[in-house]
This record gives sequence, C-alpha cells and structure tokens, in this order.
Amino acid sequence: MPTIGVERDLLFGALGKRYTDEQFDELCFEFGLELDEVTSEKNLIAREQGSDKAEDASETTVYKIEVPANRYDLLCLEGLVRGLLVFKEKIEAPRYRRVEPKAGDPQQLIIKPATGTVRPHAVAAVLRNIKFTKESYNSFIDLQDKLHHNICRKRSLVAIGTHDLDTIQGPFIYDAQPPANIKFRPLGQTKEYSAVELMELYSGDSHLRHYLPIIRDKPVYPIIYDSRGVVLSMPPIINGDHSKITLNTKNVFIECTATDLTKAKIVLDTLVGLFSEYSADKYSIELAEVTRPDGSIVQYPELSYRHEIVAVEQVNKRLGINESAESMARLLTKMCLSSEVIEGGSKLKVEVPPTRADVLHACDIIEDVAIAHGYNNIQKTIPKTNCFSKQFPINKVTDLLRQDIAAAGFTEVLTFALCSRDDVGDKLRKTIEGAHAVHIANPKTAEFQIARTTLLPGILKTISSNRKMPLPLKLFEMSDIVKQDKEKDVGARNHRYFCAVNYNKTPGFEVIHGLLDRTMQLLEIPPGQGQEGYYIRDAQDPTFFPGRCAEVMVSGRPVGRLGVLHPEVLTKFDLNMPCAALEIDLGAVV
Amino acid sequence: MDKKAAGGPRVCRKIDSIEDIVQQCLNRLQTLQLDGITDQQKAEYKKRKLIAEVKINKFYITKGSNFSLSLSKPEADLTADMISSGAWKQKTFKPYNFEARGILPASGHLHPLLKVRSQFRQSFLQMGFTEMPTNNFIESSFWNFDALFQPQQHPARDAHDTFFVSDPQYAHEFPMDYLERVKEIHSHGGHGSQGYKYDWKLEEAKKNILRTHTTAVSARMLYKLAQQEEFTPKKYFSIDRVFRNETLDATHLAEFHQVEGLVADYGLTLGDLMGLINEFFKSSLGIDKIRFKPAYNPYTEPSMEVFSYHEGLKKWVEVGNSGVFRPEMLLPMGLPEDVQVIAWGLSLERPTMIKYGIDNIRELVGPKVNLQTVYDNPICRLEK
Repeated sequence: MPTIGVERDLLFGALGKRYTDEQFDELCFEFGLELDEVTSEKNLIAREQGSDKAEDASETTVYKIEVPANRYDLLCLEGLVRGLLVFKEKIEAPRYRRVEPKAGDPQQLIIKPATGTVRPHAVAAVLRNIKFTKESYNSFIDLQDKLHHNICRKRSLVAIGTHDLDTIQGPFIYDAQPPANIKFRPLGQTKEYSAVELMELYSGDSHLRHYLPIIRDKPVYPIIYDSRGVVLSMPPIINGDHSKITLNTKNVFIECTATDLTKAKIVLDTLVGLFSEYSADKYSIELAEVTRPDGSIVQYPELSYRHEIVAVEQVNKRLGINESAESMARLLTKMCLSSEVIEGGSKLKVEVPPTRADVLHACDIIEDVAIAHGYNNIQKTIPKTNCFSKQFPINKVTDLLRQDIAAAGFTEVLTFALCSRDDVGDKLRKTIEGAHAVHIANPKTAEFQIARTTLLPGILKTISSNRKMPLPLKLFEMSDIVKQDKEKDVGARNHRYFCAVNYNKTPGFEVIHGLLDRTMQLLEIPPGQGQEGYYIRDAQDPTFFPGRCAEVMVSGRPVGRLGVLHPEVLTKFDLNMPCAALEIDLGAVV
Repeated sequence: MDKKAAGGPRVCRKIDSIEDIVQQCLNRLQTLQLDGITDQQKAEYKKRKLIAEVKINKFYITKGSNFSLSLSKPEADLTADMISSGAWKQKTFKPYNFEARGILPASGHLHPLLKVRSQFRQSFLQMGFTEMPTNNFIESSFWNFDALFQPQQHPARDAHDTFFVSDPQYAHEFPMDYLERVKEIHSHGGHGSQGYKYDWKLEEAKKNILRTHTTAVSARMLYKLAQQEEFTPKKYFSIDRVFRNETLDATHLAEFHQVEGLVADYGLTLGDLMGLINEFFKSSLGIDKIRFKPAYNPYTEPSMEVFSYHEGLKKWVEVGNSGVFRPEMLLPMGLPEDVQVIAWGLSLERPTMIKYGIDNIRELVGPKVNLQTVYDNPICRLEK
C-alpha cells in the first residue's frame, strides 16, 4: 500500500480544522485510509540514512498515511485534502476544465516515428499562471515520484517530465535517436554529457540507476527537444537542466511519455487535475496538441467526465441497506462522484471525474455508497445459503492419521516447502536431476532454490536445531511435496507424503518398522503380498546404509522406503547420532 | 638472683608468697564450680590441653503407642504379593511427597500451528462449508492473477513479490474460450466494465509461479461451478500454504498458511458478508467485537479489512481481509449475473502467534522450531 507523508500542521491548515491524532485516525478509518505513523522528518531521515544526516532536519510532526493502491488522486496533500473536504461536505468537488490558450496557439508536441520501437506514446498539457510555494513545489515533485513508483511501474510504463515553459520554445519534438547523437546538460549538472556518458554516470546513482535498463540496450533513446534544439528530457531517465522548474516558475509544460497510453492519460489527468488548484484560473488546464506519427492530432489532457447509471434498488440490495435515492446521491457526491436522481427516483446518474480512474464498473460506485454510508452502520445479516459440508478426502485421512501417529509417540513438525538443491541431492547422496523437482527462477537465497521433493531434509534439519533435547527424538510430518508432472496443466503436482524419523543412541530400525506396521494397521492395509496387502523387501538406496534399507510395497507397487540413514547423510545434516527413517507416499496408499 | 653474693650466686625470694591462679581454677573446675572463670580463661586452658569440655546429653525415654519388640521397615508401595497375602495390613507405608512432580508420560505431540488449523477446519465444516482441493503449490499466472482480474502490470506480479518457476516455466493447458473472455475484459472491458485497456499477453499468463494466495484455487472452483448446467449455491473453504517473495523479518516468512472462505449464491449482500465474518470469528476465535474498514483488492469491490479489539494491547488490530468478488472476475466465467460471491481470509500464523505469545515466527514454523514448546503446547482452545 502506498504511503504519503504530510506535515500535520499544513494538513490541518488546509482542512481548516485541527484534529487530535485519535480523531484523525478515526477519520482515516472511515474514509478507507490508515494513519500509519505519527513521526517527524528528522525521524524519517534518521531511520533511512542515519542520525547524522538527520541533524538539520525538521522536527515538525509528519503524518504517514496509507492510501489504497488504486487511488492515484490521494497521493499528495492537495488530493488528500480535497477528498476529505468533499467527504465532510465542506466543499464541492471541483470541476476540471480543459481550456484553449488565452493568447496564441496551443503548445504542440510532435511524435516522430522512431519512438515507435522504444516508447511510442506521449501526452502533454500546460498549467498556466501557477504560483508555487515551497510546500506546493515539494508536493508537486513528490507526487510525480509517487506516480512514477505506482501506476507508472517505476517509470517503465509512463515517465513524467515537467518544464518551465518560459525557458523553452515550442513546437516540441519527441524523437528517438542513437545514444551517441544525444548531448545535453542534465538536471543538476554543470556540463554537457552524451547519452552514452550519462548511462555511465548514472550507473552509480542510487536513485537513477534502476531506470537505466528501461532504455539502455535499445538502438535509439527517447529524447524531447524544443524548436531551438534545447533538450527538455531524455525519458525515462532525466530532464534537462535548462527547462527545470523553480519556485519562480509561472507556466509549466508537462509531458508524459509511455509504453501504455491509457496509463499516460490517467497520470496526466491526475497530475494536472490535482495541481490546477494553484493556477490563477483555478482548476483550469490549458490544452496541448500532440501530433502522432500517422499525422493525426489529439488534444490533451482528456479530463473526460463520464456517466454511469445505477439502479437505486440494486445498490441497496447489493449492500443490504435502505437508502433513498436522494440520500444515496448525496453519499456519492461526498465521494467526489457527483450524482443526481433521475427516472423518478429509481436511478442515479453518477458522474465519474477524470481523477477517479479507479472506477471501472458500477461495483466501484456501490463500494463508495457503502463507504459514505459507513461500513459499520450496515446491519449484519446471515446468508440463507444452505449447504452441507464436505472434507477433501486426502485432508480427512491426514487429519485422522496424524492424531494416531502422535499417539504412537511421535512428535509432529512443520517444515518449509522450499529448500536448496543440495538438500534433496548431494546431502542425501543423490542427484538433483533424479528428483524431478520444480526449480524457482528468482530465489532470494539458496534456501529457496526448489520446491521439496521429500520431507526428510526438513525433519533432519529440525533435529539438528534441537540436538540438545533429550533422546530419543521421534519426529514426523504429513505434508505435501512437489514433483514435475507433464500430465498436469501447470506441469507439476503435489503429493501427500508421510515421513517419520527415529534419532537415538541406536538407529531403531525396528522402531520405524513398527511405526510402519502401526500405520498400515490404521489404514486397514493387511500384511501380506496379496492384492490388498503390504510388505517390505530389501532395496538399494544411496541415502540409506547398505543392507539396512527396504522398499515398502502396497498392492504390489512401491510406495516408499525405510531404513537406517547413511552416516554421510547424518554428517551432512550436522547430526551425530544414528537415525532410522521412513517415508511413504500417502496419496498412493489411501 | 644475686650473682655477686659471698660464697657464690644466691637465689632470694622476690615476693613472700605466690598465688597459682591456674591451679586454683583447675581445682574449682574439677568440682564444676564454673562461676568466676571467664571464657577467655577456659579457652586458654583448653589450648594448653589442661581441660577438655565434654557435652553430655541426657534423654528420658518412655514407651510409645507403637512400641514393639520386633524391627519393621516402612514400605514404599503396595505389591501384588502383599495384596494376595494380605500382608499389607501389617505394613507401614512411607508417606508420599505430594509436592514433587509426577513422571510425564512418553507421548507424541501435534504441531501447534496444525492444531490451530484443525480448529479452523472444524469451524468451517460446522458452518456447512466444503473443503476445496488445494494440493497444488505450483499455479499458472492465469489462475493466480488474470482470472482474478488482476492486471498484468500489477506490482504484486513483480519478481520481488512472487516466486517465478524456471522449470517447468510455463503452464501448457487452459480452457481456451474462457481465456479469450479474460483477455477481452482486461484489454477492452465488457460486462459493464471499462476494463484496464492494455495489451493482455498470453505469454505473461502462462508463466508458472508458486501461488501467492489460495484464491487461485477459488477461481478454479468458481469456474467449474459456472460450467454446471444449472447453478447451485456453494460454500467453500480452504486452509493451505502460499508463497510470497517479500522481505523476511521476525513475523514474515516466504511461506505461510492462508485461511479462506467463500459463499456463492443469488442476492448475497455486504451485510451478509459482515454477518458471516462475525459468526466465523466468534465461533473460531471467540472474538465478538469486530469492525470493518474500507480496503482495496484488485479482485473484490467492495473490499473490507476486518479489525478486532485486542483486550491485552488495548487497540484494534487487523485480523483479516474480505470482499465481494468483482463482476469482471465472475461474469467471464459464465456465472449468472445476480450470483454474488462473498469471501474472506486471514493467515493461520498470526492468530497462532498472538495466542501463544510467540514473537519470532521461526520458533513456530520451520526447522528452528523449539521442540520443547511443541511438547508443552496445550489443547487448542482458540477462544481462550
């Protein structure tokens, strides 16, 4: 869940009301936010970078608020305040307007065909006569960061560039050129660099190096420049220094380049919608024209308002409440979804603003009715659904059997389903290839290389961690292992295995054999070589000591092994007492 | 002594008479006249080995009620012989020390977490729920994400949150017409939805992963339900292992157990979901004070986080997650339009750790488990 940090005093100032921490927590709970932490900038920096870096940081209180992952409009103070004020019915939801430029032609962004191979889409808009304060400027930068991190998927889908319009001259060209041909002075630098040099330079930058792979190996890099050749930015990496915005910037040119056009539009609408409150003509955004490679011209931002019609009765039915059409309309208006009653009170016309990109279906509107009504005001009822319970057969058997195995004196353990390749290969004196294991592509450590193909290593590791416990250690586990299986749609399947180990001064083959006999008795499998019966016979298995290993046969099929573990296996698992083990495929036996 | 006297050295009397105190004291001690003799003097004489102090104890003995002329030893316990011969009537028995502990019987034990699992399983079965077949840790991205209307560029599908499988890398079988409908609703919308409007790729859906939630199995079951000739209401549950590739810490491991319950029926309401969750937490954990908070899941809307009041910590803590499945998930499967599916879930580890006061999850799950806590673990009464 994304978190934003807002200065408490700024927040309360904008809300026009002071709350105690508890009251604000309550408000967040109602609205669907979570007041995660009450801290200060100093604490935050100290935690992330060390207390020495935090020396000069501010001690003013900062609220860290968790925001739902699909509410891009709540990712900054401006959006949060707007949402809460409308929720509390202190203000009406603003109407965002796309306007023609007051003087002259709209700004133009021309997309060249070469971008098609690397980052085909672009949108743009202008914020006119903006007045930034230090706080709103920081908030503007922060929001871009948050959007980059969330909906833009770390700039891979969309990258935002904001520029001081008065330092550049349109029309702007969005092209893609070989890295060697690109040369400009990037933000924060004093000299010019070629794109190749920049890749080198930023590979050491803790913040920017994560974005380099997005374009590094492409034959051409995206680049935006103005009519005088001044570079605005090289998306998604860095903007040019020339066009950087400052506290004195009055007119902002915003461009978003993307591999996903839908998301670029959402990002642009969100950014300009939220910050248009600082424009002289409040909530108005000046349009820009984007010319596509095929010659078509599109005006942005879209700022589209669309309508959904919902049936009042259906909303009430879905939630189990009984709101009138008028009160339901009011509830939705509180959630920034302005609504009016139509068709004699049976339906609502709900307006979905461009800042509510999270509303995809009527069910999103229904949720907002519920939130405004108050989840905890809804009466709890019991569904009339009448069904009879049923257990999954192998789970039923497992649950019954483990009780009696414990009654037989063995202690149950719960080990990890993921392990290292060595755990089922080398450490058991076998090969990993023979295991037909499922391999993990991105393990964080060697402990998660494969899904286990046997329960034995987990139990042996448990014994190793509990060596100081009194002997004997008699442990068991009845759980799933995983093996490859081409017959299954995913190519692998689980098997329910049962494994038991006796660790003592003497291996106790007879103890483990006795447990096998008891298990078969519990499963009503008689001893004997017949159709239904079980028996054990001599077997060779590298994991076990030669001459002390047997195969378990049930109805003429091998279902497992038991025996005394090979001393090398014991050593590899850091054990020093003899050990006898049993492992059978329970699924094959029941 | 006068060395210069006439006729040789002469010894003269220096004093007229001597008083031998030691001799006097010894005489008195002999007749036990102790007054006037200091401890210091006594100690000195003892040192000089002139006297020795001897203690004599005197006892007055009389016959008690149990007086007997023959010797008898008290018995430790009854024996079979004593019982058959009746000899126990003549014997005395050593008293028991009721302060001492008994001998713990040799026992096996069940694992604490799995005992909690049994209790939850029972709660569901008592409420009429059917157990889903969740014995497949490996799942395709299609069933784990796409079928649940979770978009392909969603953060949860990132390599740093999900375990991807390198071998077998791809799933190779899907219900193809259903897959097409899933593709359509993601990329173009439909069924009243705007959709996500992006390019849905089969390549991405085929990728095998370690399932991140058992909701993938719920999706399979709902799809199967939708293929029935006629819809019948269902109540399903599952409790099984899921895998997350997240940062590990004292309370998070790469694998944990998810508890999930869902009901599919005509006309279910949000109030029904809340009532059901209330009953479930009352029956399984004895919790009766719960609150709901708006939340976000890609596949449910409305979504709610469930909070309960923890008496010990004196605050509301999150105990679970829930929601109504989105139409974009259910309608492409072919479920009737007014069938609603309500669902809720929680982790098994969290209530177990809270109940048994365990701070580090590794002490409960995995090989580093403290076996003594397994041995000492009581019967599982979750409502306590």
